[in-house]
Amino acid sequence: MAQIFDLSRLGDVAARHHKVMRLGARQRQIIFAGTFLGFLLLVFGLIEADFSLSRIVSGIGKLGDFAVLMFPPEPGPLFATYLHALGETLAIALLGTLLAAVLAFPFAVLASRNVLPFWVTRFVLRRSFDTIRGVDTLIWALIWISVVGLGPFAGVLAVATADFAAFGKLFSETIETADPKPVEGIRSTGGTAAQEFRFGILPQILPVIAGQVLYYFESNTRSATIIGIVGAGGIGLHLSEQIRTLEWQRVAFLVLMVLVVVAAIDFISSRLRTAISGAKPI
Amino acid sequence: MTIAIQHLPDRQLAPLMRAYRQALFARRIRVLVGLLVLVLSVALGGWWVGFDIALLVSKISTFTNYFGRIFTLDDGQPVFSDPVEWYWGLIKWSKLLGETLLVAYTGTLLGAAIAFFTCFAAASNLAGPTIRWVARRFLEFCRTVPEIVFALIFVLAFGLGPMAGVLALAIHTLGALGKLYTEIVENIDMKPVEGIISTGGSRAETIFYGVLPQVWSGFLTYSLLRFEVNFRGASIMGFVGAGGIGQELLTAVRKFYYSDVSALLVMIIVTVFVLDIMTGLVLKRLNRVG
Repeated sequence: MAQIFDLSRLGDVAARHHKVMRLGARQRQIIFAGTFLGFLLLVFGLIEADFSLSRIVSGIGKLGDFAVLMFPPEPGPLFATYLHALGETLAIALLGTLLAAVLAFPFAVLASRNVLPFWVTRFVLRRSFDTIRGVDTLIWALIWISVVGLGPFAGVLAVATADFAAFGKLFSETIETADPKPVEGIRSTGGTAAQEFRFGILPQILPVIAGQVLYYFESNTRSATIIGIVGAGGIGLHLSEQIRTLEWQRVAFLVLMVLVVVAAIDFISSRLRTAISGAKPI
Repeated sequence: MTIAIQHLPDRQLAPLMRAYRQALFARRIRVLVGLLVLVLSVALGGWWVGFDIALLVSKISTFTNYFGRIFTLDDGQPVFSDPVEWYWGLIKWSKLLGETLLVAYTGTLLGAAIAFFTCFAAASNLAGPTIRWVARRFLEFCRTVPEIVFALIFVLAFGLGPMAGVLALAIHTLGALGKLYTEIVENIDMKPVEGIISTGGSRAETIFYGVLPQVWSGFLTYSLLRFEVNFRGASIMGFVGAGGIGQELLTAVRKFYYSDVSALLVMIIVTVFVLDIMTGLVLKRLNRVG
């Protein structure tokens, strides 16, 4: 059989079509230097964090012991308390997300270019959203605890604060991507600004926003499980307590409870999200 | 002027109107039921956590005052009047901030590296059903357990310090990035892959020459965004003793060192801003190259 392509001539081909076959020398140098520096930084990070073979080996050994001690998972005498705490976690996620959505909506409207073409408000609001977003939910929980005291109420407010900023950004971006044609239509028939918003923009963004809120509810169920670590209610308090007292069977049980609830919420919320987006496609 | 719209005769119109009203009614009922469920669950949730709107209203001034307090020095002056006094611990805090960044970086890179090797096993176009199932459940587990829970456990296993934080972030990153990487891999064009398989390429060669050129820029984008998220995650690792600036922040909040709280928060927020801008620039450049 005739050889269609002689592999030994690959070098010639590469030389003739160097633009296609190879990156420029400079580009390769940059990539190489970048990779090298990144790798150096990684090694530096590992050294700084005191990674050592003996520590890794003994740590993994201990993790293995913990894993063995986790079986069989069992709740101990506090099952009812755990259930109550789990309910608290769900309530924190639900109330926090809703509160954030309700509070964020008006600010998001004001931060949207197509509703308020006035850059100062937009700039100030967007930067405030970014500032609040830079602080983790757990830090907000700490701050709210010093305001309203320990307990799930602080947790609700922490989730609400963190999500207020996230929603503010997301909602205003959604509003800005709304199709301007319905708005122009309403304006051309003599509609007021309020009617433009109500009938031109709102029907377009509402299903999208509902989907975003549901998605955040899902992810907040996860973050609400840990908010108890600093004392802001929910199952996190019990989880961290049982980890610290090395009650591994209970830890395993609590983690399983969380996984089941998170999976259930994921399922329900993704069903709802498809229903919403299917019923009223944007 | 006459209007050109012709009205249907009532006999034809009546059933249409009835159908329209029924459809509208059904939709309204659905929305109403949905709202009712929502209101009921909110009421239940509010009762469950002891949500007290009166308490919130009465304490809201405490919240705003809190921000007044943290921006005030111990001698009653606003912090901006004496930046040296405000940032008295700048050297210590900068080191901690550096440690936080390093924890985030190392954790992201380790997690991304493992996610890289896992995603090909979890992608439906490159792996069989059994191995795919195992890989997916593994990734799911890694991302569902919150990183701070991993950190709590790792602190006990590996001892206090940033190592536990790095590992906790790495595992969570592995789960989160693994899923995103898998989605990228599943959306590639399979023709180059088939071409390499048909010329007898091994699996490693298939992935290296067929898959990688299509996915690397997507991988890099998600990893950069994850680094930002992980910096925020690393900033709270100190709450459980897993390194970084969190320990200092926890102490400052708990012991009411007001001006320290604002100093640390400002450092964290500024870093998040800088990271945000830098990732934006890198991504822009990346998209231009790719």
